[in-house]
Amino acid sequence: MHTDLEALARQIEPGMRIALPVDYAGVSMAMTRPIIRHGAGDLDLICVPTGGLQVDMLVGAGLVRSVETSAVSLGEAGGAPRFNQAVKDGAIGLRDATCPAIHAGLMAAQKGSPFTAMRGLIGTDVLKNREDWRIIDNPFAESGDPIVLIPAIHPDITIFHAPMADRFGNVWIGRRRELAAMAYASKMTFVTVERIVDESLLASETLAAGTLPALYVSEIAVAPRGAWPYGLWGEYSTDTVELLRYAKAARTAEGFAAYMSGAAAEPAK
Amino acid sequence: MTAPVSPREILICSIAKLLDGSRHVAVGASSPIPAAGAMLLRALKDERRAEKVRVSILGSVEHNFFTNGSAELFDCAGQGRIDAFFLGGGQIDGVGNINLVGVGDYPQSSVRWPGSFGSAYLYFVVPRVILFREEHTPRVFVDRVDFISAPGISEPGVYRTGGPYALLTGKGLFRFDRDRPGFSLESVHPGHSLPEIKEATGFDFTHDDDPSITPTPDAVTLKLLRGRVLDELHETYPDFAAQMRREISAGATPA
Repeated sequence: MHTDLEALARQIEPGMRIALPVDYAGVSMAMTRPIIRHGAGDLDLICVPTGGLQVDMLVGAGLVRSVETSAVSLGEAGGAPRFNQAVKDGAIGLRDATCPAIHAGLMAAQKGSPFTAMRGLIGTDVLKNREDWRIIDNPFAESGDPIVLIPAIHPDITIFHAPMADRFGNVWIGRRRELAAMAYASKMTFVTVERIVDESLLASETLAAGTLPALYVSEIAVAPRGAWPYGLWGEYSTDTVELLRYAKAARTAEGFAAYMSGAAAEPAK
Repeated sequence: MTAPVSPREILICSIAKLLDGSRHVAVGASSPIPAAGAMLLRALKDERRAEKVRVSILGSVEHNFFTNGSAELFDCAGQGRIDAFFLGGGQIDGVGNINLVGVGDYPQSSVRWPGSFGSAYLYFVVPRVILFREEHTPRVFVDRVDFISAPGISEPGVYRTGGPYALLTGKGLFRFDRDRPGFSLESVHPGHSLPEIKEATGFDFTHDDDPSITPTPDAVTLKLLRGRVLDELHETYPDFAAQMRREISAGATPA
């Protein structure tokens, strides 16, 4: 089973753009250590639309060149210590965004369009610091109407965790539709799941509506409690004590290294 | 004896009042007091058999009807279907600019906060944005923010259907005037004073010489808050709800 995760991690090449979901949507924490062991660096992370523990660990491990995100934090456990330190040191490139702009970029890619227009943003320092975003004058308006264009986001790989897949490679994502948007936009999608079921998820009308078809899924590996210490919707809740333990340990580079080599590599039973 | 009204309860009741008239209130993650305020408004409207209030609490399963992933909140706001939302800020300045990114020269911030989240969009398209920050100090309420995550006002011609409506802190309640632009002090919370608020605020604001005191809730409101609202809040914020319950029972002195 672990071999599967290691095999997935080996497909990551230096300099790839990796899309990762928000902490409550299904983070494949089980992939984090295999990715770090594999060691492909210069990664450009795209947080959809915010990042947390996984992002902090990848930054702490020195694998990250840049982060595009609307926020990075450990939620109730406070700020993301390795990310914040890397920002302070100027060690990573920052592409600060706002949540709907990340969704807009994925939406453009989903539709095969070069960009999407979105409201808001004008007059913010978020926009001022994004040379890849543009303001145009709405061509359909009678008089001046400035609007921002967000270019399509094309990740190389999307990685997330979900409750189940079937034997045919279909993955059940329920109402977490951003996972589908990420997969549509990405060249490859790796999914870890709690379990694999025998019957096709597309055979039931009820399940099919919340299913990401195998067409968009490159690899699936089983990883029970694979979101831990994050929770997984409908399955288990977040282990806040463990998040706090990490937050405390990772205040220093040494503490982070000790945590990562420690016994907490496996979820508590 | 009923426990005396706590400062938190005054905040929650103030929020419910600020939200009055909203049909759909959305509340972001990690925001127990705004969530309680929105739930209190819903409970009060139900009690009076008034028009139902929809409440969408991010992080909740029971009090959240979104089914289209984390993009739906923003799509919903863009369609004009969200009347009120809450934003905070590591820094907030006198013209309503908010900074959720960090202190010092961007991008190498000396203090980095999580990031702008949805503020750079929602501040533009939600009519009633309530700025909520309990910590009322000069390091939060600054003359000029170091980074504009979202601006208080926009140039004429920029599409904007929303913006700041009020600012609620641990010391007082301010209203935002878009024309001036700036904040004016509406009321001072019990136990605080105008000189104290002036001392703690790094920007200028208008005020009466003798500002009013933020009202404490009536018995009906307090009963709903301590009953139904804490019950509802428990699903998303169990620790917060339990802590409020402990405070209430500790404050209720035996007759």
